[in-house]
Amino acid sequence: MTQVAIGITVNGEDHLLTADMTMRRLLEFLGLPEKGIAVAVDGTVLPRSNWDTTTVEKGWTIDVLTAVQGG
Amino acid sequence: MASALTIAGRSFTSRLITGTGGAANLAVLEDALVASGTELTTVAMRRVDAAGGTGVLDLLRRLNIAPLPNTAGCRGSAEAVLTAQLARDALETDWVKLEVIADERTLLPDAIELVKAAELLVDDGFQVLPYTTDDPVLAKRLEDIGCVAVMPLGSPIGTGLGISNPHNIEMIVDAASVPVILDAGIGTASDATLAMELGCDAVLLATAVTRAKDPALMASAMRHAVAAGYQARHAGRIPKRFWAQASSPM
Repeated sequence: MTQVAIGITVNGEDHLLTADMTMRRLLEFLGLPEKGIAVAVDGTVLPRSNWDTTTVEKGWTIDVLTAVQGG
Repeated sequence: MASALTIAGRSFTSRLITGTGGAANLAVLEDALVASGTELTTVAMRRVDAAGGTGVLDLLRRLNIAPLPNTAGCRGSAEAVLTAQLARDALETDWVKLEVIADERTLLPDAIELVKAAELLVDDGFQVLPYTTDDPVLAKRLEDIGCVAVMPLGSPIGTGLGISNPHNIEMIVDAASVPVILDAGIGTASDATLAMELGCDAVLLATAVTRAKDPALMASAMRHAVAAGYQARHAGRIPKRFWAQASSPM
């Protein structure tokens, strides 16, 4: 059986993933912390309450942000 | 006198709000934050792989200082609204320091985009603290929209030029029924004192401390300067006179 691979962009970098990956799995896969981050998909916030129920789809542009020194 | 600063129902003992930008490293920032006595400190939102690290949140948590996310660097209302929504999800706070900048050279607020973003964020349930120009009409407009404070600049961000138009700040204070926080342009302690003497409820500053030769010492100076200005304002200063008046019996 061949795994279906899908292409996405995370913070400007291209990634190939296996299909059927939830957003939470993707964030774990990328080694990102659970707390203190937020996710936007194609310019819209994906609230953390939806990370478990949202499957990452082909062609998504994902931004993962956190707080840094500033202002 | 130790009257609390209240913003959107939350009370703060300190009337000095600090930023975290410009500090050489987290150790320097920590010393400065402790010396400042601040209870509320701004942070910016950036991609996780961006330079600058993510340790600032851990530091604020350890020091028991509330983070105030900002929308620094945002140019239009759409970008500012998205950044605020991301900050809310990341930091679990609906407070936001709203910055919508017109251009890199002046870093001045874009009044039209600022008002648009403030309306959208207030409707979305945010407690909005907008960084604004020292225009009393715009400040009033932001308050009418439902912003929980107004934050007029003294002079452009990072210039250290102090308060360019004290009379405008006084007009904003006189008209406002939400807290007025002097934001941006503070260079040294006397600028912070003047802001408070003009009737501001608090001062927000970053560069003046983080880029001072001794950030912790300047942070301490600012802490005292804000307290001194607040006390002087409420003590009721003497009127200015043209001629001398003897303080000893003649």
